[in-house]
Amino acid sequence: MNQPFKPAISATGSLRRRLIVQLLVIAALLSVVLYVSVSTFARQAAETTQDNILEASAAAISEAARAERDQVFLDIPYSALSMLGAVSEERVFYRVMVDGVTITGYADLPAPEVPPKLRRPSFETTVFRGDEVRVVATVRRITVADETVRLTVLVAQTRAGLAAISLRISIAAAAVGIGFFLVSGTLSWFAARNALRPLDLLAQSVARRGAHDLRPVRSDAPSELVPLLVALNSFMDRLRASLMRTEEFIAEAAHRVRTPLATVRAQAEIALRSVKQPHNRQTMREVIRAVDESSRSAGQLLDHAMVTFRSDNLARTEFDLEELARDTIRGIGPTADLKDIAIRFSAEAGLGKVKGDAILVQSALRNLLDNAVKYSPEESTIEVAIARKGRTARVSVRDQGRGFGDGDVERLKGRFDRGTNVADVVGSGLGLTIVDEVARAHGGSLDLASNERGNGACVFLTLPLA
Amino acid sequence: MRLPYLAACLTGLLVLAAGPAAAFQIEEERNFPVADATATLEIISTGDLAIFAPLVEAFQARNPGIAVHYITASSTALMTALYEERAVFDIAMSSAMDLQTKLANDGYALTYTSATTATLPEWARWRDQVFAFTQEPAVAVVSKKAFEGLPMPGNRNELIALLRENPERFEERVGTYDVRSSGLGYLFATQDSRQSESFWRLSEVMGRLRARLYCCSGQMIGDVASGRLAVAYNVIGSYVKFNGNDDTWIVPFKDYTNIMLRTVMIPRTTRQPDLAGRFVDFLTAPENRPAISNLSGLPPIDPETLEVEAALRPIRLGPGLLVFLDQMKRRTFLRAWLSAMVQP
Repeated sequence: MNQPFKPAISATGSLRRRLIVQLLVIAALLSVVLYVSVSTFARQAAETTQDNILEASAAAISEAARAERDQVFLDIPYSALSMLGAVSEERVFYRVMVDGVTITGYADLPAPEVPPKLRRPSFETTVFRGDEVRVVATVRRITVADETVRLTVLVAQTRAGLAAISLRISIAAAAVGIGFFLVSGTLSWFAARNALRPLDLLAQSVARRGAHDLRPVRSDAPSELVPLLVALNSFMDRLRASLMRTEEFIAEAAHRVRTPLATVRAQAEIALRSVKQPHNRQTMREVIRAVDESSRSAGQLLDHAMVTFRSDNLARTEFDLEELARDTIRGIGPTADLKDIAIRFSAEAGLGKVKGDAILVQSALRNLLDNAVKYSPEESTIEVAIARKGRTARVSVRDQGRGFGDGDVERLKGRFDRGTNVADVVGSGLGLTIVDEVARAHGGSLDLASNERGNGACVFLTLPLA
Repeated sequence: MRLPYLAACLTGLLVLAAGPAAAFQIEEERNFPVADATATLEIISTGDLAIFAPLVEAFQARNPGIAVHYITASSTALMTALYEERAVFDIAMSSAMDLQTKLANDGYALTYTSATTATLPEWARWRDQVFAFTQEPAVAVVSKKAFEGLPMPGNRNELIALLRENPERFEERVGTYDVRSSGLGYLFATQDSRQSESFWRLSEVMGRLRARLYCCSGQMIGDVASGRLAVAYNVIGSYVKFNGNDDTWIVPFKDYTNIMLRTVMIPRTTRQPDLAGRFVDFLTAPENRPAISNLSGLPPIDPETLEVEAALRPIRLGPGLLVFLDQMKRRTFLRAWLSAMVQP
């Protein structure tokens, strides 16, 4: 029962990790899409800008052409070429042709493969004089000496600056993409944590429960967790019912054993009085002693069942601990007298009241005193004291018995666990269990120690004050 | 000195070796030998030796063991050497910004970047291939004596009015570049035609006065000093030396003043780009500007002055300069210029 719960479950993956990984993959995809679309769009925008300037330049040259003295005459406007140098320091080439014959410019500048149509310039990217160039071609008709000729103007510009701009934009787009990924990655982490927080809270609230807390879980949960919670609660209900049945069974059994035992004891007492032979009297005494032990054990089983039952629905009434202690001591008096044991009681003045179940606390005190008497030698003293300690009242019971021995003292609080040094004394191993459960049900504690004034044990029962 | 070239010719690696046998026309040539030379820097330049020799020597003082072979050529000859003949040079310096731009645009220049070139203002470099190291205004130089009794002109319109109203005084005493033969003159004239319509009126007036046409600024300045010329138009202002002569005067045009940027570049034919880079750094380093200015008399790059004086307009490096190099455009321009300047 007090073994720590070890999950015999190995985790297969993590919900949070799965969630984060999926969100990160989505973020990465979106980042790539963002990068590609931004850099493509920017590159196209830059190319369109260059095309527009080239077209304007070619148009300016084309419009400056006129017919003069039976031939085409061209006076290139200064702005036609200088506009190309306004934005970047690109190399500039041009070529003017009349019906395919170059009249001025760079005669080796290649024309785009797609010939331009009227008012429909054609563009091409090609290599000229060792550099990549963008070429525009425009065409217009011009009448020279009653004859219509085609005037083709080519203007070309290198693309080194454009490539640099594209690279800069690509780098910026990449930075934006990476930034987007980092931000969305961080947000995914938070989102995954938030989404799984109710699960964590539920797990924590279940894990925090006491060993005997089988009340249904009442925390609010998101709809996805409700089926789990319902199943958990129904499971705990069944467990509780099953435990209850067991305890009831034990109590019933103990009760049924105790009544005939009382009859046996009474008969044995009567028989003892009539028996004269010392040998037979001894036998009868042993019978009585054995019956007493059995009755005691049955009583403790009953007590334990009662503690379990009453702890579940703990009564919260205020009572006087000192008075309760005196009553209990009075009750154990005859048993102590048999061994000539004196019980000394002291209580701090103005202690105040304790809130809880008086019947349970009395049962706990009785078990403590019972133990003390049982393990004390004849003609010894048991000291019972009640002292205030902060917001708690502490009952200490000191005897001059054999103490707890060398074993693990905490273990003694477990059910049916007994000390290593008490094999010769009959006992059920339930006494300290009952005390411990009562203490815990009240939010108090049971502490076991050796008697600091010589031999014997010292037991502290701490209960919170009202 | 010539040994590397002989060796190169012998191994057949180089057919168009720079040297006396080159097809382009060399005006001046000088070796700047040093003892134990480890390398020879080949320079082709439009700048006169008289101006550049101290600079070369200053470079050699800072870079021991470097011999220099310096060739002076006209800007067109420089273009021919690099563009058509693919002559081997480590450095090309020129006042013809348009031709330098064309060389870079058409792929004849090497890209060079260094911490020093990065300090140049943006308008003073192009594509990290063409680097400006001087800013030289195109001015009108007049002889005060010739203008006696007349108000000094403050802008082109006033100059035009003066010339027009006093033909007897200025007949054959006006000089300017012959733009047909001078690359720099062509650059100045084309930039003038962009700046203002007054250029064509001025050309017409000068043509009517039967203006003298020159190849170079130095001669025009000399003729103003000697009194042969009353006005020399579009002269490089920094060439004017006032040594004791208080008759020569530079007209501070308030309408606009074109600023020519003398530029340096590393031709693609170089075989020692690192050494060439050192020379570029030497010319463009801000800390060298005072020294270069003192040694050569050329005005250094000075962004602050340009900001203060609104009339100073540096000619912008860039593809715009290619426009006036267009064969058809050049023909048109020269025809217009000729009909204005050379009148029957």
